[in-house]
Amino acid sequence: MNGQSPGPSDYPLLLWPQAASADAVQSDHLIWSFTLLTLVLTVPIFLSIAWFAFHFRAGKEAHRQYSDKRSRLLEVSWMLIPFLLTLGFFYWGAKLFDRHKHAPANALRIEAIGRQWMWKFQHPGGQAEINDLHVPTGQPILINMISQDVIHALYLPALRIQMETLPGRYTQLWFKADKPGVYRLYCSEYCGTDHSKMDGLLTIMTPTDYSNWLRRSGNSTSLASQGKMLFSSYGCAGCHDQGSVVRAPSLAGLFGSPVPLEAGGTLIAGDGYIRDKILYPDHNLIAGYKQVMPSFKGVVQEGDLVLLTAYIKSLPAPGAAGSTPGPEKTQ
Amino acid sequence: MSPSDLVLGRVSEGVREPHPGRTTIDREPDYLHDEHTLRSWLGSTDHKRIGILYLLSITFFFIIGACAAGLIRLSLVVPNGQIFSNDTYNKLFTIHGVVMVWFFLIPSIPATFGNFIMPIMIGAKDVAFPRLNRTSWYIFMTGAFFTLFTVVVGGVDTGWTFYAPFSTTFSNTWVVPALIGVIVVGFSSILTGLNFIVTIHTMRAPGMTWFRMPIFVWTMYATSLIFLLATPVITIALILLVMERAFHIGVFDPALGGDPVLFEHLFWFYSHPAVYIMVLPGMGVISEIVPAFAQKKLFGYRFVAYASIGLASLTFFVWGHHMFVNGESETSAVVFSVLSFAVAVPSAVKVYNWTATIYKGSLKLDTPMLYAMGYIGLFVVGGLTGLFLATLAVDEHVHDTYFVVAHFHYIMVGGTALAFLGGLHYWWPKFTGRMYPEALGRLSAFFIFIGFNTTFFPQFLLGYLGMPRRYHNYPPEFQLLNILSSAGSVVLALGYLFPMFYLTWSLRYGKRAPANPWNAKGLEWTTSSPPPKHNFETPPTVDFEPYDYIAREDRV
Repeated sequence: MNGQSPGPSDYPLLLWPQAASADAVQSDHLIWSFTLLTLVLTVPIFLSIAWFAFHFRAGKEAHRQYSDKRSRLLEVSWMLIPFLLTLGFFYWGAKLFDRHKHAPANALRIEAIGRQWMWKFQHPGGQAEINDLHVPTGQPILINMISQDVIHALYLPALRIQMETLPGRYTQLWFKADKPGVYRLYCSEYCGTDHSKMDGLLTIMTPTDYSNWLRRSGNSTSLASQGKMLFSSYGCAGCHDQGSVVRAPSLAGLFGSPVPLEAGGTLIAGDGYIRDKILYPDHNLIAGYKQVMPSFKGVVQEGDLVLLTAYIKSLPAPGAAGSTPGPEKTQ
Repeated sequence: MSPSDLVLGRVSEGVREPHPGRTTIDREPDYLHDEHTLRSWLGSTDHKRIGILYLLSITFFFIIGACAAGLIRLSLVVPNGQIFSNDTYNKLFTIHGVVMVWFFLIPSIPATFGNFIMPIMIGAKDVAFPRLNRTSWYIFMTGAFFTLFTVVVGGVDTGWTFYAPFSTTFSNTWVVPALIGVIVVGFSSILTGLNFIVTIHTMRAPGMTWFRMPIFVWTMYATSLIFLLATPVITIALILLVMERAFHIGVFDPALGGDPVLFEHLFWFYSHPAVYIMVLPGMGVISEIVPAFAQKKLFGYRFVAYASIGLASLTFFVWGHHMFVNGESETSAVVFSVLSFAVAVPSAVKVYNWTATIYKGSLKLDTPMLYAMGYIGLFVVGGLTGLFLATLAVDEHVHDTYFVVAHFHYIMVGGTALAFLGGLHYWWPKFTGRMYPEALGRLSAFFIFIGFNTTFFPQFLLGYLGMPRRYHNYPPEFQLLNILSSAGSVVLALGYLFPMFYLTWSLRYGKRAPANPWNAKGLEWTTSSPPPKHNFETPPTVDFEPYDYIAREDRV
């Protein structure tokens, strides 16, 4: 912590959650409007029950005559009106959720790995941090995450979002923060002995502070170049580099493009696809190639998989020279 | 005893003739005094005795679960988790969850009141398969003790949700025996459900048509359907979990080629309906208590009956709302969200109809009614916060926080435990032939309501502020609300202790109960307190509508 901005410990008694993004404020509006509606729906019931209990108590003189004729209209309307009103909140919540599901294309991509019991975050420039996460304001941040062992969940309360990290499968989360400060981050899915110690601090900084922080944190080699080294050391280059004798598919421009499958159909080559191809090359055979690649399961660890993927992602499609997408240029 | 205790609504000769409940020479000994040996209890096929056996067993499990809860709240008084080690804390909340859900809440009302009262309510002399019923109790006890054994030898730290691959590969605790116990208990649920369904179909007294059944019987029917249809799913899921842990078969652990999300699906496909195994019987109890203490017909009887079946059916289609933040597709998230909103409709039907039943009634605020009113309040809060969790963007924030903890305690403790206590006081005279002390009963209801809200309401705030659940160490800014919650739990514990003492006391010193101390309707009040061995002196016939409280003139 740099000591300039207040940390969460400066709020010894938290009575109001901090909101660090416009979307978090939106979530708050949704929550409080819904609370208001529930009060409108329930307070009359509670008051009537209390009033009836008092007014119609046994032994008290009261007007108790009632007709057995029932008002269907009343019964249907007292069910339907509250239901439709609450459905409005379903719609509001779904719309906001939908926004949270589609990250803008220019998002800054941060890799996260959860394991018992720590978080590892890696910035595109190769800066890595444990349990702490530094991000700039004003820019969409996409966190691409995976677990190395059990299910965890990355929870950022100041942004009102969380997402499980699953072993064997990438999940994503994006946000755009606009209020610099130090907030908490947690693991919210129970993951064993030190689950409650798998927390840390989310530091949201201005873009200038962020680039300073990146510089201070040692601008080691970018994730892509680290991946490139691994690509050679694991021997991937021997087959997949251009000019190799083995006729292996070229990886240039592979990321995000459709891959025709032997079994018919196509798959989009995302993080999950590349990870699976390295670990389980026999799955989803590619049309037109003989499967000779060995499995790297048990050889390449989650962290290296992230680096290899970053490298493959950085390879421009032939013809689109130098058109690496934005985030990789941060370095 | 007032004459009104003796003269019931419409008495058909020889059918609804009440017994004054005093030991008389002209009748058979009641089921309690029929035989006295331990063997006569443990070998009994009498649904009433089995109901009492369940009552004693689940009380025992409740005490264990409650002690674990107390220790959890004690530990959370300090943020740094110094009272227990992390492992001990994790084992405590696991045992609290496992015991309370599987050995208390799920069997609570169905196995006790369902067994004791339901056959009497439909005018049957027992359940359809009395020996199977006895076997179910033995299966239940075997499974439950098997799981409790794991606590003695070392404990389990997976949480009651047993998520894979933590439970299959990473936990170093006694997962397999705990799972086997839960699997075995599941069979008891299935058999009880089967028994009740056949009983309700085939053993109703002459004249007891479907729409003359009390709502409690309807909810037992709906609950039994869930028992029968959903329990096999969890049984299979847990068997797969055991196999995976023992033989590494690779169903759930991705390192073995499995899928951890598959377990979440299988688990919640049972465990969401299981919430209604807890809630529906509670609704049934409240639907008996409210008309009795308002002395008025249950408003919208048919709607309430349909709503019970509606809830039981809908609940099978909402399990996905536990998985909004696990990478489930956006489309399925939206579908599960809107379906979950639909559950609110039948739930609302019940609440409105109870309220309308009180209107223009002649209200007696005795203990069961106080519990019922507390129940309505807590159920409404629990239900509406369920809608918050079903709202996608809200769930993204409060999922797996204390908001969820508060929500399901409002539903499950507020909804089930209060209904259970209300029903226990309501039918206590029938179970035991004795009255409980009314003043102490009211006091206990009051303590529980205050204690419960002080314990769990702060947890909604904690969740909204962002405190994750199952946290042993938590940031210091959450301490104030945690202290408040723990303080509330002391009051709540007192509220639970009172009834344990005065109900036990009443067994010996309580006033003798008449057949119908509440002037209530329903076949169970037409037989003596406690009922004779075969429930009725003469088999009843039914020629009256349910809840046939006299339509009131304008009177005092």
